Amino acid sequence: MLEDLFKMVRDRFNDDKTEDTKQESPEIPKDLLFKCPRCQSVFYMDEFEKRRKTCPVCNYHARLTWRERLEITADKDSFEPFDAEMNSKNPIGFPEYENKIKELQDKNGINDAVVTGVCTIRGYRAVLGIMDSNFMMASMGSVVGEKITRAFEYATEHKLPVILFTASGGARMQEGIISLMQMAKTSGAVKRHSDAGGLYITVLTDPTTGGVTASFASLGDIILAEPKILVGFAGRRVIQGTIKQKLPDDFQTAEFLLENGFVDAIVERKAMRKSLSNILRLHNYKKVVDMWQHG
Amino acid sequence: MSELTATQRLEIIREKTRPTVNDYIPLIFNHFTEFHGDRHFGDDGAIMAGIATLNSTPVTVIAQVKGRNLEENKRSNFSMPNPEGYRKALRLAYQAEKFHRPVICLVDTPGAFCGVDAEKRGQGEAIARNIAEFMTLKTPVISVVLGEGGSGGALALAVCDELAMLENALYSVISPRGFASILWKDPSREKEAAELMKITAEDLTRFGVCDKIIAEPVGGAHNDPHLTADNISEYLLDAVERLTKLDIDTLLENRYQKFRKIGEFTE
Repeated sequence: MLEDLFKMVRDRFNDDKTEDTKQESPEIPKDLLFKCPRCQSVFYMDEFEKRRKTCPVCNYHARLTWRERLEITADKDSFEPFDAEMNSKNPIGFPEYENKIKELQDKNGINDAVVTGVCTIRGYRAVLGIMDSNFMMASMGSVVGEKITRAFEYATEHKLPVILFTASGGARMQEGIISLMQMAKTSGAVKRHSDAGGLYITVLTDPTTGGVTASFASLGDIILAEPKILVGFAGRRVIQGTIKQKLPDDFQTAEFLLENGFVDAIVERKAMRKSLSNILRLHNYKKVVDMWQHG
Repeated sequence: MSELTATQRLEIIREKTRPTVNDYIPLIFNHFTEFHGDRHFGDDGAIMAGIATLNSTPVTVIAQVKGRNLEENKRSNFSMPNPEGYRKALRLAYQAEKFHRPVICLVDTPGAFCGVDAEKRGQGEAIARNIAEFMTLKTPVISVVLGEGGSGGALALAVCDELAMLENALYSVISPRGFASILWKDPSREKEAAELMKITAEDLTRFGVCDKIIAEPVGGAHNDPHLTADNISEYLLDAVERLTKLDIDTLLENRYQKFRKIGEFTE
């Protein structure tokens, strides 16, 4: 089933040179207007889509589905997925958990909240992981933990860099303590990849929080972030409840993290592929495909 | 071992007279010498760390401090560490590695502190760093959950070769109250959550998270702190002896696999 979906994605790829002025598919948008959750500005959906789902007023970089992210990140036809058939069990017997998973699998065309695989980015080969917040807020349970761990182990074995687009509400509480342990499991695999000399680039996307922030999302050699996204450990409401005062507007944004020294650079979506490939080049990874005559 | 529900154990560990690390450290160790500060920002009262002897073996002790009264709790922030607490722990862990001392972590926290300054100083990064670095720390690491093992705030001191839990201790991804509040939007369903979440030492043994359950006196540790401390000591002596016999590569491979194998899925 997933193979078909990847074919669909591939078919939708356009030539790289038109990356910034890509024609949108002629689908009628479900909603005509988009309201920015950051600055509350309202504008036409097609303008929002044309700008790759970024706000023309405040430059908030909105959430993407894994398909959309894959399409603007990996080279056409280059992505080979890992572990697409892995399914979560229900370790604590949480009511209705299996049904919820099944429903989200059907809706999103993925087995859980992360897609992992290997691809090329402007000709550079890399292990790629994309978390999708549409799947149970991209919380980390057994499947997310296992897929990310395997992705790092594969990269260690094949001496490949890892690029992860993170997004998560945190640990998946429906899996109880098992979800907490995924923080240790994934971080252990990141550490081994790092000790073997591998490069790991984290790209923080909206929203990256909780147990994912407190594990692999904070362990990149290089940590990039999209503008105006939410990143933090504790939930805003929890902190608000603790301090009983209004939080600053930029609290837990990419810009807040940059100011406090926890992000290497904020990179706009339209420049992401170039940034990533440039970093890969500067770490002496060699192009395996020389198909990017268009730069 | 007693057959108590998670809710009953929750009540026992919330007992005001339940012993804390301030009681246990003098009973378990000798010559405890506390070292302060993370060398970057400050000293966190929620984590007490230093060196001591266990029987005659030098060890590094890293402990989360529950206060027994308001005064103590103000100093230890109700055992909710800030990033500098985790960074102090990591500094002491590196020191232990350098001087070949086993590390003993005593876990007792509702969770890492949630606040504006904790975020500014990178609470997530501090926890992540500890988790990753403890995974490859070249000396034995033993963690004992004394009461509450709350989420990432506990895990930052619980990436170890062996995890032991006191009989009534609980270790969970989020507090039962938080679980009820987030999943059911109803914090008053705390008890129901505690039962569902599978957070007792027995549950965690079944999941392969807990390696050893340390017995408490009937009714809970507060009924006989000395006996409880003796039980902890007995376990630690045995564990240190066992783990120091392993060569470092085996120790680290076992530690990696301990966490690597946790996860429940089909494919």
